Amino acid sequence: METTVATTASKGGVWGGGNQPLRASYGKMMMWFFIVSDALTFSGFLAAYGFSRFKFVDAWPIADEVFTHFPFLHGVPAPMFYVAFMTFILIFSSVTMVLAVDAGHKMKQSKVAIYMFLTIIGGAIFVGSQAWEWATFIKGDYGAVETKGGKILQFLDTEGDRVAIGSFAQSIPGSSVEHHASNGVWFMSGNKQTSYNFEEVKAGFLANENLLIRTQYLDEKGHPTVLSREASIEKIKKDGKLVVEGANLKRNEYGHPLFADFFFFITGFHGFHVFSGVLINIIIFFNVVIGTYERRKSYEMVEKVGLYWHFVDLVWVFVFTFFYLV
Amino acid sequence: MGHHEHSLAIFRGRLKFKSIEQKIWGVFTFLSIITIVEVIFGIIKPESLMVPFMSAFEGGFMATMANIFLSPFIFMKPLNLIFIVLTIVKAYYITWDFMHMRDETKALRRMVVWTAIFLICYLVLILLVEGDYIFEVYKSNYIKFDF
Repeated sequence: METTVATTASKGGVWGGGNQPLRASYGKMMMWFFIVSDALTFSGFLAAYGFSRFKFVDAWPIADEVFTHFPFLHGVPAPMFYVAFMTFILIFSSVTMVLAVDAGHKMKQSKVAIYMFLTIIGGAIFVGSQAWEWATFIKGDYGAVETKGGKILQFLDTEGDRVAIGSFAQSIPGSSVEHHASNGVWFMSGNKQTSYNFEEVKAGFLANENLLIRTQYLDEKGHPTVLSREASIEKIKKDGKLVVEGANLKRNEYGHPLFADFFFFITGFHGFHVFSGVLINIIIFFNVVIGTYERRKSYEMVEKVGLYWHFVDLVWVFVFTFFYLV
Repeated sequence: MGHHEHSLAIFRGRLKFKSIEQKIWGVFTFLSIITIVEVIFGIIKPESLMVPFMSAFEGGFMATMANIFLSPFIFMKPLNLIFIVLTIVKAYYITWDFMHMRDETKALRRMVVWTAIFLICYLVLILLVEGDYIFEVYKSNYIKFDF
């Protein structure tokens, strides 16, 4: 570091606080300690995710089958691609951030401003992508039936492809369950709880010979178990209870409700970090533009906010692995 | 604050860059390659990497010790092991080169990294062992699924 921050370090002798064994300013050191504590918070969440996943290790949703959408590509299964894109956006915004820090060391005001601006744009794209990912997840895909015990049954045709409940359910007039505002805002539009109710899905399933049920239990190869036609009929008659479309904190058509809970909680907490990072970056950006750090003769603030920003990227690397890959 | 220089080499000095900007782009390229490899593996999921390398040892005390020390190879799918190793590699380069940990004093580096690694390993070990225990309880008893 070519620059010095004189404001925070006192100039006393060894016993007057003048000794700096870590050779880091107060502000930077505190940012590092905050990062350690925040890293422990995030590892708490991810370890809790691992705990719940290990509890239901034979019935956990497969991320590839949950996150298969890409914007503007309707009906094209594209597992992983969108999160990979988000990962690149975040790594790239880390690069522009570290370039801003470097330009700050060289006291190049306009370069710092440009790189900070690019970092803010990258952060905004990431937060937007995450909002889209949430919306897709909440809206749901094929729909499913929940059993009395809280398990999820999904529907397949005899070729093994997923079938949406809307494509086979029979409409039974007057049977739909009305939604009242007193039951919360699970479904925001329309006055029906789900587009089809359980009786309608059951009738459609029984009438359609080539439909099978897939349970959330995984076989030895890690694929969800598909029941025979007879077992499927018995299962839906005996255990079926209600229709689930999409995911929320209570129900989840993709599998275990805890998967949705942790998805909302961990990516939400991370997204909140990115959002606050963008806000802090904007403040620092304006400070750079109006020349605050030029007058201070030090761009250390850019360095500190950079540490936070890289940390957000670092957390995403782990979320990416443990939510989407492993 | 001391006037210390940026280290311009990565991979234990095997790859040296001429300027700090070049090093940043070099590390970015490296991180991108790792991410692409991860995504390709995540999509293909090669069959050969979906079963653990070894099966558990059986027998006495030594078998138990071997199972503990070789647990990543006995109880994990190789694919997941690869993902976790690649993630740690990525985390290392983000911290060391983007966050300039490479240029900090040894004491600051250890304060941050060792503390976090120790506590995280401890927490993960306890929670995963406990989660697996509850899984075994569920398997042999009839309990409502999602309480």
